[in-house]
Amino acid sequence: MKINWFKYAAPTAFYPLAGRLVPVLAVAAAALVLFALYWGFFETPERLGGTNPQKEYYRIIFIHVPAAWMSMWLYLVLAAWSAVGLVFNTRLSFMMTNAVAPTGAIFTFLALWTGAFWGRPSWGTYWDWDPRLTSELILFFLYIGFMALHSAIDDSRRADRAAALLAIVGLVMLPIIYWSINCPDPNNCAALHQRSSLTDIESNILTAMLVMTLGFWLYSFAAAFARLRNIILLREQDSAWVRTMVDAAGAGGPANAGGGDALDANRRGVSA
Amino acid sequence: MLEVDNLSCRRGDRTLFTALSFMLPASTLLHVRGRNGSGKTTLLRALCGLLRPDAGAIRWRGEPISELADDYNREILYFGHLNGIKADLTGQENLRVAATLDQDPLTDGAITDALAQIGLAGFEDLPTRMLSQGQKKRVALARLILSKAPLWILDEPFTALDTDAVALLERLIAGHVADGGAAVLTTHQEVSLTRGEIRRLELGAIGC
Amino acid sequence: MLSVFLCVLNRDLTLALRRRTDVLTTLLFFVIVVSLFPLGVGSERELLRLLGPGVVWVAALLASMLALERLFAADYDDGTLEQLLLAGQPLSLLVLAKIVAHWLLTGLPLVIIAPLMAMQYALEATAIWVMMAALALGTPVLSLLGAIGAALTLGLRGGGILLSLLILPLYIPVLVYGAGAVSVSVIEIADTQPYFALLGAFLLGGLVLAPPAAAAALRISME
Repeated sequence: MKINWFKYAAPTAFYPLAGRLVPVLAVAAAALVLFALYWGFFETPERLGGTNPQKEYYRIIFIHVPAAWMSMWLYLVLAAWSAVGLVFNTRLSFMMTNAVAPTGAIFTFLALWTGAFWGRPSWGTYWDWDPRLTSELILFFLYIGFMALHSAIDDSRRADRAAALLAIVGLVMLPIIYWSINCPDPNNCAALHQRSSLTDIESNILTAMLVMTLGFWLYSFAAAFARLRNIILLREQDSAWVRTMVDAAGAGGPANAGGGDALDANRRGVSA
Repeated sequence: MLEVDNLSCRRGDRTLFTALSFMLPASTLLHVRGRNGSGKTTLLRALCGLLRPDAGAIRWRGEPISELADDYNREILYFGHLNGIKADLTGQENLRVAATLDQDPLTDGAITDALAQIGLAGFEDLPTRMLSQGQKKRVALARLILSKAPLWILDEPFTALDTDAVALLERLIAGHVADGGAAVLTTHQEVSLTRGEIRRLELGAIGC
Repeated sequence: MLSVFLCVLNRDLTLALRRRTDVLTTLLFFVIVVSLFPLGVGSERELLRLLGPGVVWVAALLASMLALERLFAADYDDGTLEQLLLAGQPLSLLVLAKIVAHWLLTGLPLVIIAPLMAMQYALEATAIWVMMAALALGTPVLSLLGAIGAALTLGLRGGGILLSLLILPLYIPVLVYGAGAVSVSVIEIADTQPYFALLGAFLLGGLVLAPPAAAAALRISME
């Protein structure tokens, strides 16, 4: 079977598709998150690690690590859609970047916040200039910068393209920034901090963590699509299909019909 | 020379014009008119390639201007709402910079002549911030005298000019068109040519 | 090509020389910021020697940031930027010329005055030389990266603050290795070599990648 993927590259076609997907994704995400929480709290050992064990508080890992993974993955998604938008000049890609950015920023913040709470019992401090913490903070700044630049520009097309370029510059710089924070002394770079090794982790902990990641991932889709539908409506308010939809909705109640009229009046104002 | 095919432009959420098509052959002046906000400046900026239209194509000698890029830019002279001259440089220096950017080897004499022709003899060595609004505009218009670009795109060139300067500018445009050049012009006043053809385009009248 | 590059460079330098205060304010800002730190943290020589490299670098970052706002803004306001875009010359080249002029006017003075600042922080002669060399390699990178941000925030209300928000995180690598080189030189001068190699690499990478990115940003902003 051959699917015409480009069909859904048009906002017109994507809007109803996203509408059908959002509830499905949201329910699936909630189910996975609940399962992961249950597994993480009741089916995992009480301590983590051998020589220097962490007690119950290690369970914050089930939020912290998936959130940190998602924060990085979503920045990659953001930059990829930005590049697609700049190269192919597709409206939907830019809308996608705008829909993804807040979710990415939320996960980054969540990772920082849970990291601080985990740091307090295990390191004895809320904040440490640990390379990973610092890079996560910088990632947060990049997300904020993307959204700030976008909202500072009135013209939506310039805003889209400028923010997209910034996202790509950020992507190019991120490895360099990460590396410079990780290795501030190039003479002595080896083994600055413990390596994360998924294979050493107890299998139940790993299960809960991975299921939570999947849950977060589905949540990101649901949140991004829901946001995307709003952005599409806002950007396409002049177009015929949005007007038809608003008019159809307007038949149900007077308040909505008023909205349709206002849109109509706006439309006439443009063509007059 | 210039061909516009099914062009449409939006500014923010407002559609300014759609399905705009016209041809601009050599020795022709296109006079664009329309009320304020009808998209005259937007059209001119799109013709320069400064602004990417939402739909449609602009072709120069048969090739899309987006592909010609810098090659197309060398063929045009754009005169916008802003004069495009530095207030801290003298008229002479401003024109020298413009000529170098066009890679046009001009003698200082040619620049002085151009400034004299536009009525600024004796002001060549003053920083342009010492000049009046109209005189600044004249410095910018001196580029028209020096330019060899076949396409002139002029956005409201007559504002802030006195009657002498208006007459001079009309002569310059007429001369350019008579020499086989093309020009696109927005202005609210009537223009006439001694030779060549004038086409008129009314923006805002065509529905969107 | 070269004549166009030199023309823009010459133009920007001439303009700056006719408005000297703009150049001097950046320099004075740098001097004042550096001089304020000892008043805040105390004037113990050992403490200052430790803080010196970082303070001078952070001040250099802020000073270069402050000056960046003007990189394209004046040309944008009077319409000459439009003319540069329509000049039919490679925009990256014109942008590079403007960046070079900008560095000569705001970066180079910092390099020259750095020894004076370093003396305030009781740094040794070798550390001072290392600091000058590191600033000479690092500040052009700041101008190159900053040009992208300046082009993106062109003509926006509150553009200056936004510019710092966008660009300061990107300055981190230069800050880390620039200040690191000076700190390390106090212990062992030979160890500074990899720092300079990295700063040099950033400069080369910036020279290649930043002008096209800034040019693309300008085209987006001028629409």
